[in-house]
Amino acid sequence: MEGVEASEKVKRTTPRLCSLCNQRKAALRRPKTLEQICRECFYNVFEDEIHRVIVENNLFKPGERIAIGASGGKDSTVLAYVLSELNKRHNYGLDLFLLSIDEGITGYRDDSLETVKRNEIQYGLPLKIVSYKELYQWTMDEIVKAIGLKNNCTFCGVFRRQALDRGAALIQADKIVTGHNADDIAETVLLNILRGDIARLSRCTSITTGEDGPIPRCKPFKYTYEKEIVMYAYFKKLDYFSTECIYSPNAYRGFAREFIKDLERIRPRAILDIIRSGEDFRISTTTRMPEQGTCQRCGYISSQKLCKACVLLEGLNRGLPKLGIGRKKGGSGEDQEQSKWHLENRALSLHGKHGNVEY
Amino acid sequence: MAVCGSACGSNCVPKDTEGEEGERLKRLSLEEENSVRRCTKCAEEEARKECNGLCAGCFRAYLYGKFKLAVTSNAMISPTDKVLVAFSGGPSSRVALEFIHEMQSKALACWDASNSQALPVFTVGVVFMEECNISDELSDQADDVIAQIRSIVSGLSPPSKDLRIVPMESLFSSDLRKLVGSINDATGREDFVRHLRMLSLQKVAFEFGYNKLVLGLSASGIARHVLSATVKGQGYSLPADMQYVDTRWKAPVLPIRDCLEQELVTLCNLESLKHVQVHDKPCTSINGLVSSFIARLREDNSSREHTILRTAGKLKPFNFNKFSSNQYEYVPSRLRPKFQFIETGEPESPEVLCPICASPLTATELATTRCSQQMKGLNIKEMEAFYLSCCQSCHFQILPKEETSMSCDGFFDLLPKPMVKRSLLRDEIKDYLLEDS
Repeated sequence: MEGVEASEKVKRTTPRLCSLCNQRKAALRRPKTLEQICRECFYNVFEDEIHRVIVENNLFKPGERIAIGASGGKDSTVLAYVLSELNKRHNYGLDLFLLSIDEGITGYRDDSLETVKRNEIQYGLPLKIVSYKELYQWTMDEIVKAIGLKNNCTFCGVFRRQALDRGAALIQADKIVTGHNADDIAETVLLNILRGDIARLSRCTSITTGEDGPIPRCKPFKYTYEKEIVMYAYFKKLDYFSTECIYSPNAYRGFAREFIKDLERIRPRAILDIIRSGEDFRISTTTRMPEQGTCQRCGYISSQKLCKACVLLEGLNRGLPKLGIGRKKGGSGEDQEQSKWHLENRALSLHGKHGNVEY
Repeated sequence: MAVCGSACGSNCVPKDTEGEEGERLKRLSLEEENSVRRCTKCAEEEARKECNGLCAGCFRAYLYGKFKLAVTSNAMISPTDKVLVAFSGGPSSRVALEFIHEMQSKALACWDASNSQALPVFTVGVVFMEECNISDELSDQADDVIAQIRSIVSGLSPPSKDLRIVPMESLFSSDLRKLVGSINDATGREDFVRHLRMLSLQKVAFEFGYNKLVLGLSASGIARHVLSATVKGQGYSLPADMQYVDTRWKAPVLPIRDCLEQELVTLCNLESLKHVQVHDKPCTSINGLVSSFIARLREDNSSREHTILRTAGKLKPFNFNKFSSNQYEYVPSRLRPKFQFIETGEPESPEVLCPICASPLTATELATTRCSQQMKGLNIKEMEAFYLSCCQSCHFQILPKEETSMSCDGFFDLLPKPMVKRSLLRDEIKDYLLEDS
């Protein structure tokens, strides 16, 4: 009896060793694999996995100018840090820049931009800031005042996408990288299933998108868990801004996010399994898919006559907040005026669950 | 009597009766508010709140119409068929049984009335798979359930149906309880029982000469399957289990595929269709989480399940999800071209199926299997060959891992023989196997 108790005590007091190096004390349990490892091994596996993703998917070529979409949040801060590190360590030969979008959200974006300005100094990466005010003559504060809190994420997402492309063009970038992580992509796969958006479902798991356009964008964190990014930033004491956007609480993405958090607790690998499912989906050839064209007004990529940003902006400028929100009846060949008339007349019955998913 | 506005100069409404007129109008509008809402279809009967604006009669007709359309436009049941209804006692399979029974009764009435009686009427049997002895989670209330099942089937009007209550463990010579109990993962255990159930239903259908198997899988069940399969990394094989036609098996058909579970439960309540109420146990599996997620989505938007179904419907089905050319004998000629086998350039190579769950393997899984097989060469044991043929999902959640109490050999020995025989690699190396299985 005493022997058993003694051995139990020994078990409790002896620190568990890292299961990878077997030398240092285990400091954390890895969210992706539940392995108990030390900090140094965690940094190594985290950075090494990202390096392998970059190499195996041929994300970059030497000499490319890369714009890192930087919001000051944990994903983009860790992305900037890790990319900078790997660029030096493995000689990617890349010119890295920070590209930040100022949506004009007081008490949120102005604070997070201060973080990005500090990152510019800390990581030695030049920073370019592009604002909604200079691009669209509207800030998100003004937009929310005009349209309320139901479809504001739609406006912000659509405008940001174009703003990133415009900003990247201004600094003559060859590629944009964003900090979208595995949790984000898994949420997007689920959202597109729930909303019936087969076109986006076929594209959303691609690690690089827009390759046939002027500035492709890629997601090196495609297989990286959000929890691990947080853990990395915490242990490395990286400087990031951690408050949620003040306008976001009602986003439909919240449903999918909550489900994925519960799923991760039961089976951590489920997040990667969702991404794998998304990659394996085969769309039936009889399904009608939208054709890619360009916007008649601004020349941006669009499957309709006018791109979503132009339609939304038109609505804002004409005092029609629901223009471009929700489904439009009729195909893409419909007369523009007629389609606007339909939209205006359906505006009263629309609720905020429809609209664009960001990717 | 017309009521005019204040601009009217005809003085048809005497001023001293304006007060009375106002009262009358108020009364009329109150009556309108409290008046009975009429069915949006027949406009005669009272609309029921739970029936989406329809009366009970039109609601039933609407569901029966969906069922009939699925059966006729997909040639699910032909006059010469012997149809076995898999009846779990739940509301979905209860409605499937009721509708099949109604369809059979109508066909029989036509046959009785017909002079020539040339076309026979399909026969219907019912099977209830008893699973209480293979899993602790299923052992409660077993006797009550069986009594209710017997009562329901015997209560159907003529023609009477053969009812078979089959204990699953009697179908295979393995200790299924030990086998299921050895699976550590709760989701894996549930899914394995589901695969065993399908295998068992096939066995019963084959042994008793049935050529069609009716499953009470509703639109809600399919929506749950779509999300569960996505979450388990089965995006490639997902479309296989949700089509009207599935020739991997002995023709299971899904006649109530387009009906929502909520609608089927409502119908059971309206028509007092007895069904088995199973008390919900706390569920720690992924399947349980998906069910509660879908329930939350349904509360937010009642058509979400249909949208999920529609999205998954745009995924490419497999070559086993269509009829072969000789199965359209009784299909109306206007529909026959839909079922004729159409050559589209090179014929598709047959899909390789996982022996446990019958899901088609992805190209990556197949390449890994072949590569491992080549490395092991002809010295490969039957157990290894079997495990190599399984999909990644079954590998993760069902097959034993190093740290489990049961060895790989022990698990393999307990597997039902029909499952083992389905292994791809076994087919390729069976001539070299010395053990007699």
